Amino acid sequence: MERLLILPLVLPILAMILSLISGRKLLFRQVSSFALAAAQLVVSIVILIIVYQDGILVMQAGSWPAPYGITLVIDMFSAIMLFFSGLIGFTATLYAIGFIDRIPQNRHFYLLFNTLLLGVNGAFITGDVFNLYVWFEIMIISSFVLITLGGERKQLEGAIKYVTINLVASMIFLAAAGLLYGKTGTLNMADLAYKLSVEPGAAIVNSSAMLFFIAFAIKAAIFPFFFWLPASYHTPPVAVTALFAGLLTKVGVYAMIRFFTLFFMNDGGQWKILFLTLGSLTMIIGVLTAASQYDLRKILSFHIISQIGYMLVGLGFFTPLGIAGSIYFMGHNIVAKTNAFFVAGIIWKLKGSYQLKEIGGLYKSHPFIALLFLIPAFSLAGVPPLSGFFGKLVLIKAGFDSGNFLVASIALLVGLLTMFSMIKIWNEAFWKDQPEIPRQVRPGEVKDTPLKPGIFLVLPAVILAGLSIAMGIAVGFFFKFAMIAAEQLLYPAEYIEAVLGKTF
Amino acid sequence: MVLILAIVIGVLYAAGVYMLLRRSIVKLILGLIFFSHATNLLVFLSGGLSKVKPPFIAEGEKVAETGSADPMPQALLLTALVIGFGITAYTLVLIYQFYKTTGTDDLDELKEE
Repeated sequence: MERLLILPLVLPILAMILSLISGRKLLFRQVSSFALAAAQLVVSIVILIIVYQDGILVMQAGSWPAPYGITLVIDMFSAIMLFFSGLIGFTATLYAIGFIDRIPQNRHFYLLFNTLLLGVNGAFITGDVFNLYVWFEIMIISSFVLITLGGERKQLEGAIKYVTINLVASMIFLAAAGLLYGKTGTLNMADLAYKLSVEPGAAIVNSSAMLFFIAFAIKAAIFPFFFWLPASYHTPPVAVTALFAGLLTKVGVYAMIRFFTLFFMNDGGQWKILFLTLGSLTMIIGVLTAASQYDLRKILSFHIISQIGYMLVGLGFFTPLGIAGSIYFMGHNIVAKTNAFFVAGIIWKLKGSYQLKEIGGLYKSHPFIALLFLIPAFSLAGVPPLSGFFGKLVLIKAGFDSGNFLVASIALLVGLLTMFSMIKIWNEAFWKDQPEIPRQVRPGEVKDTPLKPGIFLVLPAVILAGLSIAMGIAVGFFFKFAMIAAEQLLYPAEYIEAVLGKTF
Repeated sequence: MVLILAIVIGVLYAAGVYMLLRRSIVKLILGLIFFSHATNLLVFLSGGLSKVKPPFIAEGEKVAETGSADPMPQALLLTALVIGFGITAYTLVLIYQFYKTTGTDDLDELKEE
């Protein structure tokens, strides 16, 4: 059974190799990537079931015993995140078939796409701080190339900012890992948690913890470290943006939750205050800046930031309900946000523009697309019975329960403002009449191509919309997993025992 | 020795941050390189410098002699260096392409359009 947990790493590597040797055979690349992405989704579901039934899965790479070798470990939190990365990998592969391959430079899309998935999966699986750094690097290097794919001027400008700030974050991460090793003599997460819980004077690791916090905050785009995200996320092809929006920032949040529950929270309160303050500011500033934008992708990009704030606030409450709410919200956000970008891509396909001023009348001409947009938009805004409503409900309840009334009220207010942005998109893109601007012809496009989004663009959006509804209607079923994950995170004895094989 | 290295790291970080904040994109890349070398040295130093035996395991033994050096920071450093090398290569290509496309290396001039 333990062998199974290597599969989320092997499958993307296999897909990378296949797309490398495929040469010019586009169909081969598409089919192999799709098949392996589907296999990955199935594997991630199997792993989720096994972890649910039998508890934490551990594998020591190369059979080196725990604190010395690299440990791969999947607890409930990792399993949930793996499921979502499998899901986004699957839907984005489908979506890319309809979107990317028209442009010849994008031959290496599938290679980079699978490298990115490899890095994301690795980050979710690893139980070693330095190994996490390596997975982060794999992830960001492939994202660097993906973001410049196509090589347009705007993309390069965005890429400079994206690359610089992400590299600085990586180096801060590396410095933090080095200092942590100097202080504790170990980089195995479970061993760190054990040592820091038994030894007094854990306060000396706070400098490392702060560096880790900054590194993850940059990756996750938390206020005041978020400026790179709206400067770069709207530039690459929308299939790439959807993938980034769904997974990349969430890996930062994942690492933050993992580190600060497992070993940095021991000496209490000041971290909670930091999380709550920055989380609230992230929510407000993200949503307010989104309100002033008129580019579809920029609005959605700023909303990524605002919603990262919710996840951080959930960690700041530091109760089982708060962390479970964070995890549930993260899952909801991955699904709904990726879906919103998918629909934005369909709109672009239909209208040739992302500018809300230049598009309109979609409700009349394409009512089904309008419905497809409505589901993720309402889900993001938090309208019952969709997934976003329950995510926010749990977080706000956790806030009131733990006595953080101000933060919970801010979360409520931000939900309202999100609704405002979504209504703006709805009014501009769907309800208002098409403005009298000739439709622009995109590079590499014959002028009179029929305006049909195609099954490969619509199907992924339908799948994700279906999941958004399911996560709302069957909230008890989905929330059960988040609750187990939160319990495991807050009482890490089980995790430590599973990895190190000793009780404490 | 530790003190000298610590000062070198500090200077490298300062130089890196200064270069990162310059307008020229070439200097930005230089800043990143300084920053990454400062970090590498920091990792190297954090393992502790000591004049002890190298951590080789004698034939027939299972563990190294007590009092031999800690090989971990070097191993970490090696990985980080290789990654840094790849990233530097990528950023060089990026700025070359950037210069070819925009015709400028001044980041402030971009805002006009």
